[in-house]
Amino acid sequence: MIAIIDYGAGNIKSVQNAVEKLGFETILTSDFDEIRNAEKVIFPGVGEASTAMKFLKEKKLEQLIPTLKQPFLGICLGQQLLCQFSEEGETECLGIFDVNVKKFPTTQIVPHMGWNNLEKTDSKILKNVLNEDNFYFVHSYYCEIGKETSSVCDYILPFSATLEKNNFYGTQFHPEKSGDVGSKILENFLNLN
Amino acid sequence: MDIKDGRTVKGINFVGLRDAGNPVELAKKYSEQGADELVFLDISATDEKRKTLIHLVEELSIEINIPFTVGGGISTLNDVDLLLKAGADKVSLNSSVVKNPNLIKEISQRFGNQCVVVAVDSKQIEDQDFVFVNGGKIKTELHTLDWVKRAEELGAGEILLTSMDFDGTKQGFDVRLLKQVSEICNLPLIASGGAGKIEDFTEVFTQTNATGALAASIFHFGEIEIPDLKLNLKNNRIAIR
Repeated sequence: MIAIIDYGAGNIKSVQNAVEKLGFETILTSDFDEIRNAEKVIFPGVGEASTAMKFLKEKKLEQLIPTLKQPFLGICLGQQLLCQFSEEGETECLGIFDVNVKKFPTTQIVPHMGWNNLEKTDSKILKNVLNEDNFYFVHSYYCEIGKETSSVCDYILPFSATLEKNNFYGTQFHPEKSGDVGSKILENFLNLN
Repeated sequence: MDIKDGRTVKGINFVGLRDAGNPVELAKKYSEQGADELVFLDISATDEKRKTLIHLVEELSIEINIPFTVGGGISTLNDVDLLLKAGADKVSLNSSVVKNPNLIKEISQRFGNQCVVVAVDSKQIEDQDFVFVNGGKIKTELHTLDWVKRAEELGAGEILLTSMDFDGTKQGFDVRLLKQVSEICNLPLIASGGAGKIEDFTEVFTQTNATGALAASIFHFGEIEIPDLKLNLKNNRIAIR
C-alpha cells in the first residue's frame, strides 16, 4: 500500500491517479499508523509551508516522518518541507535535507511555472531520464544546492530539482504532471526496494 | 477548450458556437501530442450544470498527466475547493473577481497563488483597452492594464489575456496589447485570441514577453498539428519543451 499524505490542500488527486495508473494501491491519509505501516510514502505538495507544517504537527507527523525507513518521496512543497528552514512563513521544516528553502528573486517572472530540463547525477529515481527531458515546475520558493542534490534545474538561478538522502527523495517538479517522463520517475520510485 | 453542457465548442468573437467534440478525447489527444497545458472554460456554467463540470474534471484528472486549468462561473472559495479536489491544477477567474477583487487574495492565501489564473477579456474602444465580463457581453469601466496590475497585487499567479478583437479571427495574436501588458506585469502571461498559423506563435514569442500561447479552433479542427508547431518553434530557436 502506498500512503499519500493528505493535508487538505491543493491537488493531490492527480498524484493518486498517476500512482494507481502504474498499478499500485494507494490510500490518501493523514493517519499516523497508516503512514508508519505503508510500504512507501508520498508527500505531495501544493500549498503554503507554515500552514502545512502546522498540520503535520497537529497530526504528530513531524515526529514520525524523520523516523520512517521505507522509501519516502516529497513532491514540490513536500520536498521543501524535508529541508531545514523555509523563508515561506519563516518555517522550521523537517530537517532531513541539509539545505534551506529561499524565495526566488523577482528579477524574472515568479512563480517559476512551466517546463524545464535537469542536469542530473546518478540517482535511482532518475533512472532512464535524459538531460533533455522536461518536467513541469510551479513554485515561488526553491531548495538550495547541497551535497544531497541529485539534479539541478536552472531558472533565475541554479537550484535543487531533486534531492536524495538514504530513503528520502524529493522532486521540486511535479512528476504526476510531467507527462510520460514524469510517470517514469514515479515508477522508479515505486519500484525501489 | 470552451465547454458547454459537457461538449467542446468554439465561436468567433465570442458568438456563433459550433461543436468541436468530446473534451476528454481531445484532451488525451493534445496531451499525447505534446501540449504543455490545457485550459477548460465552462461557458454554460450555471449552478445545476456545476456537477457536470466537476465530473468532467475528475475524468480529465484520470486521463491526462499534464497540468490543466478550469474556469467558468467560479465565485466562491468552495467552488475552488471542489475543483481542485476533483483534480484541477489551477482555476481561472474572470467576472467574479472583477465584481469582488478580494476573492483573488482569499483564494491565493488559502490555496497558493500558483493556482490562481485571472482571465481578462479585453476589447479596444477608441484607442483604449477595456475589460469585459460575462463571456464578453458586458463592458466594464476598468482599463485592461490597470486591472492586470491590480490582479497581480492581489495575488494572481498567472494572467490569461484574451483579445476579443482578435479572438476567432485567425489574424495572429494581439501583439500590441500583449506587449503593453507584459511590460507592466511580472507574472506568467498566456496570450489568447487570434492564432491562425504557425508564424503567429513565433511572432508572439519573439515580439512579446508572453510565456504561453493558447489556441483552440486551429487545433480542434486540425488546421495546425501540435508536433508541427513545436518543431517549428524549436527551429526558430524559441525555448520550448
